[in-house]
Amino acid sequence: MISVSNVDKYYGTFQALTNVTLNVKQGERVVICGPSGSGKSTLIRCFNGLEFHNAGTIRIDGIDVEEDSKDLRRLRQEVGMVFQQFNLFPHLTILENLTIGPMKVQKISRADAEARARKYLERVHIPEQADKYPAQLSGGQQQRVAIARSLCMETRIMLFDEPTSALDPEMINEVLDVMVELADTGITMVCVTHEMGFARKVADTMVFMEAGQIVEVSPPEKFFTNPESERCKMFLNQILEH
Amino acid sequence: MAAQKRTTLKAFLNATPVAVGLYFIVIFGLIWLAFSGAQAMGYNWQWYRMPQYFYRLTDDGFQWGEIVVGLLKTIQLSGTAFIFATLLGLLVALLRLSGLVVGTAVAVVFLEFVRNMPILVLLYLFYYVLGPIFKFDRYTASIMCLAVFHAALISEIFRAGINAVPKGQWEGATSIGMTKAQAYRYIVLPQSIKFMLPPMTGEVVHLVKSSAIVSVIAVAELTTIGRNLISDTYMSFEIWFTIAVVYLVLTLILSMGVTRIEKKFAVKT
Repeated sequence: MISVSNVDKYYGTFQALTNVTLNVKQGERVVICGPSGSGKSTLIRCFNGLEFHNAGTIRIDGIDVEEDSKDLRRLRQEVGMVFQQFNLFPHLTILENLTIGPMKVQKISRADAEARARKYLERVHIPEQADKYPAQLSGGQQQRVAIARSLCMETRIMLFDEPTSALDPEMINEVLDVMVELADTGITMVCVTHEMGFARKVADTMVFMEAGQIVEVSPPEKFFTNPESERCKMFLNQILEH
Repeated sequence: MAAQKRTTLKAFLNATPVAVGLYFIVIFGLIWLAFSGAQAMGYNWQWYRMPQYFYRLTDDGFQWGEIVVGLLKTIQLSGTAFIFATLLGLLVALLRLSGLVVGTAVAVVFLEFVRNMPILVLLYLFYYVLGPIFKFDRYTASIMCLAVFHAALISEIFRAGINAVPKGQWEGATSIGMTKAQAYRYIVLPQSIKFMLPPMTGEVVHLVKSSAIVSVIAVAELTTIGRNLISDTYMSFEIWFTIAVVYLVLTLILSMGVTRIEKKFAVKT
């Protein structure tokens, strides 16, 4: 489904990704973790063409991700993304946030788009907020709307870029719960997060990155009990101590 | 103690009766200065002759006077120029932000060329140079001069407004598969309006005021009318005061109108 091979990425002279190779199967749930600045976000932002890699190949569902590719829009309709800062559209109501993509990009009718939007608002447990504006919602609710917005595009792959990092602690769980439910639907998920409880619960594969390189790829039972690399052990000790 | 004393003085100056009193003292002081100066020159005030330049009731019935006709021409001229300036300004701003080397270069050259030239020279250029070449009249030349001059300023307002929309909005729009044009149309431009309105108000007012420049090529707008009336009547004080007030009323109405629109576009919370 997602195949990344030998990818390098530079910001000017700074090398953000070095020789990254990773394969994600259909329906697989991958959690990427690692210290900040290790290139996790950069990597998944390369998956839907928000950033472009400089060397190597990224192929998603048969589409090569490249800067001038005509298939980029088709790709983005296959790959949804949830951001750390939600990036909801503040000038539109919740319902409009969800319908604008399907209506303008997929050209479906307003009635169909609204029916779809209400279905996914139901799925993220906030159907009653449809007519409010994003600023009227709590952070956790906004992030759930953002998830619903991606779902409305009926994508087969969902990318999560630290979806709970900007949330107050009491709101993290409501978002994680939605993500766990989503994982059960069989959608392919690639998730950058520090929520190790969530990772243990849903991940099929854990990926540990450091300094732009993938250091370890292993199933969660091995990852959390007996990771291969020293660096990964140290990282886990640091974040699991609390 | 000192702080308290200062607060008291501020409170005193801000109390409604004191503030209104001071305001009238200043305003009437200025008016008195002007009038006493005119008096000292032996100026013969003829305010009673002014109303006929606004409207007349003759045997043919009701007629608008010259000043009203000139005002309408000013509004028409400014309005048309503003529409063209906005379209051209948006185009220049988009070119500048396009990321294309050619686009940016064209936009920057246009901007620097227009911004660094006196508007009067630009007007002469349009009327005396481009006018004869492309066969357009003085009214068209005026509109084009005003539109081009203000397009440069408006393009900077657009650019600032577009840049003020957080980058995350682009990413959100891109991530649901929107093209750049769709992202601009549905996501970025609607949000940048609230950043653009305050400087845009200033720009509209500026445009109305700078439209007076076209009186040098005798387009019959408000300022030209003023000049013509004075050469007929020699009532320069009354007419220039009146013209000034007419401009003031027009621009104040515009400012207040935009304030209302601004409230409409404020972020909903």
